[in-house]
Amino acid sequence: MPTIVVEVMPKAELLDPQGKAVAGALGRLGKSRFTAVRLGKRFELTVEGEADEATLAEVRELAESMLSNSVIEDVVSVHVQRESA
Amino acid sequence: MRIGVVTFPGSLDDRDAQRAVRHAGATPVALWHGEHDLHGVDAIVLPGGFSYGDYLRAGAIASLSPIMAEVIAAANRGVPVLGICNGFQMLAEAHLLPGGLIRNDHGTFICRDQKLRVENASTAWTNGYATGAEITIPLKNGEGGFVADAETLARLEGEGLVAFRYLGVNPNGSLHDIAGISNARGNVVGLMPHPEHAIEEGFGPDTPAAMRSGTDGLTMFTSAIAALASV
Repeated sequence: MPTIVVEVMPKAELLDPQGKAVAGALGRLGKSRFTAVRLGKRFELTVEGEADEATLAEVRELAESMLSNSVIEDVVSVHVQRESA
Repeated sequence: MRIGVVTFPGSLDDRDAQRAVRHAGATPVALWHGEHDLHGVDAIVLPGGFSYGDYLRAGAIASLSPIMAEVIAAANRGVPVLGICNGFQMLAEAHLLPGGLIRNDHGTFICRDQKLRVENASTAWTNGYATGAEITIPLKNGEGGFVADAETLARLEGEGLVAFRYLGVNPNGSLHDIAGISNARGNVVGLMPHPEHAIEEGFGPDTPAAMRSGTDGLTMFTSAIAALASV
């Protein structure tokens, strides 16, 4: 069955305390080349039947209305995951 | 007067909220997230806790539960609805209140007795306070940072919809030090601090008079009773 991937990130203008904590830990590991980290979410939706354009449209709508909150987050990607051969 | 308190999977302060309702002089009614029945209550409290483990986003899954369809309809009819902490997050997720709550800016959970200023004493849940009153009630959360876009913030400030503001310190990075807000009608109020933990001497925050003697939260519940009595 195909999988549709939805990626959600905290809005760029908002503070991301989780990303900031990870960036701090990288610094303590001596990896100070990596100056910033932002941490988001990836959803993998397994779908019955075809991942056709209508299904993608439905997932895009769900991504905006339920999987993300547009006040604090942005949907950055909705795409069909390639089947591994 | 019957005030319902909704219990969700992961609610923690539902029994404290029921107790606060009783101390204020109303009858608490336990409501269940999985039902579509408000049992004819006159007002509703969405209590604190970690509904659904804060999965997806704090309050997000609870805001889609069966009872919330009825809570939203009741709120739109003018029924007083109070969201405390996780309940405030649910109200934001359900779009009954604008803005959103994000992780505290310092990245840690905070638990303290918090001083607030009552900015709007004309809502269903604040009419018993004087405008500008300073109160102290407990605050305990990990995701209490109130955010909204500039336009929404300007509207909240311009229309007097900021109900409570943090005093002294801003404990979580909330924009404009906002601790709680109301809708335009004034029947829906959400706040991060916990009035239900400051309703009875011996169990509240410390005051200059005596340890644990703070009862500043009780007025939120008596306000709702007064609002209902005046209808």
